[in-house]
Amino acid sequence: MKAGSNLERVFESGKFVVTAEIGPPQSANPEPLVHHAKMLKGYADAFNLTDNQTAVVRLSSIASAAIVMREGVEPVIQMTCRDRNRIALQSDLLGASALGVRNVLCLTGDHQIFGNEKGAKSVFDFDSISELQVFDRLRREGKQVGGGEIKDPPKVYLGCAENPFATPYEFRASRLAKKVAAGADFCQTQAIFDMDLFEKWMDEVRSRGLDKKIHILAGVIPMKTAGAARYMKNKVPGMIVPNHIIDRMKNAKDSKEEGIRLCVEQIETLKKMKGVHGIHIMAVMWEDIVPRIVEEAGLLPRPTF
Amino acid sequence: MTPRRPKIVGFCCERHGLDSPVAAAKSGITYDASVRIIDVPCTGRVDGLHILKALEDGADAVFVLGCLEKNCYYDTGSIEGRKRVEHVRSMLEEAGIEKERVEMFNTSSTMTWRFPEIVSKMCDVVNRLGPLGKEGDEQ
Amino acid sequence: MIVAKRKPLGEIADMIAPYKKITVIGCRSCVAICLAGGEKEVKMLVSALKVKNKKEGRKQQFEALVVERQCEKEWIQEVEDKILDSDLVLSMACSLGAQTIGDNYPHKLAFPALNTGIFGVPEEQGVWSEKCVGCGNCIIHTTGGICPIARCAKSMLNGPCGGSSDGHCEVNLEIDCAWYAIHERLKLQNRLELIEQVSAPKDWSTSHSGGRRTYVREDAKLTQHQKKGKGAVR
Ligand code: SF4
Ligand code: SF4
Repeated sequence: MKAGSNLERVFESGKFVVTAEIGPPQSANPEPLVHHAKMLKGYADAFNLTDNQTAVVRLSSIASAAIVMREGVEPVIQMTCRDRNRIALQSDLLGASALGVRNVLCLTGDHQIFGNEKGAKSVFDFDSISELQVFDRLRREGKQVGGGEIKDPPKVYLGCAENPFATPYEFRASRLAKKVAAGADFCQTQAIFDMDLFEKWMDEVRSRGLDKKIHILAGVIPMKTAGAARYMKNKVPGMIVPNHIIDRMKNAKDSKEEGIRLCVEQIETLKKMKGVHGIHIMAVMWEDIVPRIVEEAGLLPRPTF
Repeated sequence: MTPRRPKIVGFCCERHGLDSPVAAAKSGITYDASVRIIDVPCTGRVDGLHILKALEDGADAVFVLGCLEKNCYYDTGSIEGRKRVEHVRSMLEEAGIEKERVEMFNTSSTMTWRFPEIVSKMCDVVNRLGPLGKEGDEQ
Repeated sequence: MIVAKRKPLGEIADMIAPYKKITVIGCRSCVAICLAGGEKEVKMLVSALKVKNKKEGRKQQFEALVVERQCEKEWIQEVEDKILDSDLVLSMACSLGAQTIGDNYPHKLAFPALNTGIFGVPEEQGVWSEKCVGCGNCIIHTTGGICPIARCAKSMLNGPCGGSSDGHCEVNLEIDCAWYAIHERLKLQNRLELIEQVSAPKDWSTSHSGGRRTYVREDAKLTQHQKKGKGAVR
């Protein structure tokens, strides 16, 4: 055990893992977090608390984690390289660990141009891979990137994200390999709509034996409308939504129900895919739907230790 | 005091651009404006600085008149001219000066009505916006 | 070269409004080539400011000059009397010009008329693009000759990020993804192994993060003795 988190235990047990996302509010009010934590507890093994996602100022990931932990929910904090240099990142890692946070997702981060502080000076001292490398050394050797010693190193389980649908496709498995080499224990993928392309990426991942070295959680996004599907296809860089999915959403009588059905079907397919160790549900602004999806996908009850 | 006649400078190319005022002159049309024509070999030769200097030295409005864009004697000359005009217009806009005071037009020798039309359009502009600076302010 | 762009005329006009006698000085080096502050641009700026003053009934006196290289004190000394004789110098060089004037005539005001932007190259007539941000520790031999620090929106060392879409950058789909380009270049050169390994964090202390940088070539410096002989040290 590297960190002894619930997430790590479920992975080690070989069971199919479920993670989901909770978006912190754009306010100083902890209530929405408490509400979601109560509602979602028991429906996933750990929950990502996003870090100022799409560069919009929100309640911080670490503080959100501390709040949901009080409700008995296990957090995965996200740490992007956009807003913090190596001093702040290492410091926050120590702080998070001291608060009892055991899962950390290392991300480069969305560029500030997408958010509501476009005039921000970006940091990008690290990228996600150097962040992983530094955090891995910090937890294993208690050594900072600058060489300084850390007496009681943080106990954390390290995750990364990877997008099989960004270009060049042929490099995406190599990039996962780099993240494995840098110390990542698990990987949450970008939301999958193009199963064929994902299957191709998994082929490459398996042929390199990467699925044996890192736990892969396949990402899914339940959609409410055809408009949401079109938006993701056209407006979100590095996202592929095939036309047949948009058509299906468009032609559905009840697009919300169709979105749920589609998501459950996707999970069924992913469950059977070799090398996929779990799923990551990103129900952005639709957290309430997670319990139903998890239940309909036959993923309940969640294991306890 | 009677209102001052608008002072307008027109850079006209020696090809189609200059045929227009000649045709207009022959037909005996007059305007209530002082229009000074400067013939240039091609509107592609008109520099932004020429236009600004004209405004600086007393013009209330400036136009540049060249060949039709697909029928320019020097092929792309009037397209070049338009780019310079646009550049000056954007500078004027930045400086808080009405960009309508500077305009690019195209014509051909056969469009006899074009020149009077341009002059009256520029006169309208000046009448609407007023003279550029106070009388006697020119350096 | 250094690529700059004129500030909006309204901003320049506001900046110089309190001053009467203004010397506008351009530069014949980089900023002339990038059409921002050469002789022509100086004349146009002065002319446009005069038109504006005429319209608004403001009186200012302008003098338009250009020097060879405004970042070198030897060249600005040639127009010293004009500098000393004005209320304000409006520099149409990159900011190095304005600062050289300021450092050499500290009691005089030298304001920037340009926004100094990038170390760039002319891609085509009228288009310049950034290729370097002067990080002080060049690595482009490992990235196929393409700078990820300047050309990647996130200065990544292990790109491309998950936003690279059809070879374009997530930040602006009009811009090429630097890391996509690096991948393609290295593939062409049969050197893809260069980006298969993890690049460790960059030491930014050689970059601007390290504070003001000074580069010295000892062999080119004048000795005290030589300086005395020339008698021209400040
Ligand atoms: S690596 Fe540094 S020095 Fe080299 S081109 Fe990029 S910014 Fe410039
Ligand atoms: S898309 Fe490419 S250039 Fe843009 S931030 Fe990502 S890696 Fe950098």
